[in-house]
Amino acid sequence: MSQLREVTDNIREFVRIVGAMVLFLLRILGQVPRLVMRPVLVIEQIYNTGALSLVIIMTCGLFIGMVIGLQFYDILARFGSEEAVGVGAALGLLKELGPVVTALLFAGRAGTALASEIGLMRATDQISAMEIMAVDPIYRVVAPRFIGGVIAMPLLAAIFIGIGLFGTQLIAVQQLGVEANSFWSQMRGSVHIDDVSDGIIKSCVFGVACSLIAVYEGYTAIPTAEGVGRATTRTVVTSAVLILILDYMLTAVML
Amino acid sequence: MARSNLVDMQAEPLPAATGTLVEIKDVHYEVGGRAIFSGLNLSIPRGRITAIMGPSGTGKTTLMRLITGQIKPTRGQVLFDGINVSTLKLGDLYKLRMRMGMLFQNGALLTDRNVFENVAFPLREHTKLPNELIRHIVLTKLQAVGLRGAAGLEVPELSGGMARRVALARAMATDPELLIYDEPFTGLDPISMGMIVRLVRQMNYALGITSIVVSHDVEELSILADMSYIIASGKVVASGSFVELKDHPSEIVNQFMNGLADGPVAFHYPAPDYFEQLLSRKA
Repeated sequence: MSQLREVTDNIREFVRIVGAMVLFLLRILGQVPRLVMRPVLVIEQIYNTGALSLVIIMTCGLFIGMVIGLQFYDILARFGSEEAVGVGAALGLLKELGPVVTALLFAGRAGTALASEIGLMRATDQISAMEIMAVDPIYRVVAPRFIGGVIAMPLLAAIFIGIGLFGTQLIAVQQLGVEANSFWSQMRGSVHIDDVSDGIIKSCVFGVACSLIAVYEGYTAIPTAEGVGRATTRTVVTSAVLILILDYMLTAVML
Repeated sequence: MARSNLVDMQAEPLPAATGTLVEIKDVHYEVGGRAIFSGLNLSIPRGRITAIMGPSGTGKTTLMRLITGQIKPTRGQVLFDGINVSTLKLGDLYKLRMRMGMLFQNGALLTDRNVFENVAFPLREHTKLPNELIRHIVLTKLQAVGLRGAAGLEVPELSGGMARRVALARAMATDPELLIYDEPFTGLDPISMGMIVRLVRQMNYALGITSIVVSHDVEELSILADMSYIIASGKVVASGSFVELKDHPSEIVNQFMNGLADGPVAFHYPAPDYFEQLLSRKA
């Protein structure tokens, strides 16, 4: 009986959190018209979440691209189709690895930064001070960070995919001797606009999910050192799990 | 600041009070089933410095949050200039808060901007004033708190006293009618404390505003406040001038004003029998 109650309590808590996040998202979206009048607030946050994540995104993109080059070459060489490395890398990066790995890195780098920054602002009364100064913290703090994250995420994914393809080309063409023309022409011939749009849609959805979780966790963090730490951890864990679940759902719909 | 100077300051003639700015009427407030206030009544006279005192945990800061509309009472009314704060919609509440300023215990300065930008923040958010005019206003406010020279400093470079003075300049930036000070003396050295006492008094009478000072520093409040309320057990247990409170017959007021370790506010938190607990294995 107590186990049943525990299960129902957990379900109720889950529904409560989902409901609270939806309401929080609506409050954020309600501030968009005001933010259009002050784009500098969003641009600042695109820099914080996007530009400051570039190094980690580019480094990881390069190495993942190089690993793809090695693995695909090894597999395709068994069938005498080494020239198809470019196609495999492009489709893999565009449809799966680009959006997913970028989102996981985004959650780890930018998501934690957002959650801890907002959580610390609450713990040090900066959010309360804004409320007393008649400045809505949803408008001034939360919404610009959320929208900045949503815009930055697809841009980072595009950079990740570009650098990843460069890494694959570096290994397959420069090191393993795949013919350059075949590598690029097969890629151009087999990658369609639908494949690109799949990647864009996925990275936009992941951007919304990661940014919303980060700002929600930060804003609702218990205003103590432990509370902010927990919010930061929850941001990474929840984002990572949600990205993989959403990835499956989106893939199932898109195929 | 020498105590004699502060006493002289208190002797300055007061402008006449003109009615009540804040009125708390039969306010009840509960958190998790625990009553913080049960029928609280008090009035804050316009143009005066009013002290809210009481032992720790009696809800002094909660009262400030009720006045600023950050929380709503379970029952009763919180009136600011006749407007019921607890029934306002968010937009109207923000409009009302434009008439208030608050000094937080830790200053609550925005750590991603320097001293100048902290003071400029409410002006940039609420006005479309040109940068040159904002610069003049900010420098005037910083001059008033003696920190014009610190305009370029970052927040982590400030001492506790400086942070509170910057926060005071920021609270004053939009010329509010009511200034609320939450524990403004906590953790300050005597010099910084003297500066804050002087600033609160000067700001109040030079600008004709109303001030509420929440604190348990009896000595400083005795110099600063025109009238005081002592809150305990969810109600006002005494009110009046410092002299009236000193001679108050209530035991709890006597314990608080004279800093007695034991009395109606017990030294020991409620606990089971000491001997039995030592013998048992429970914590």
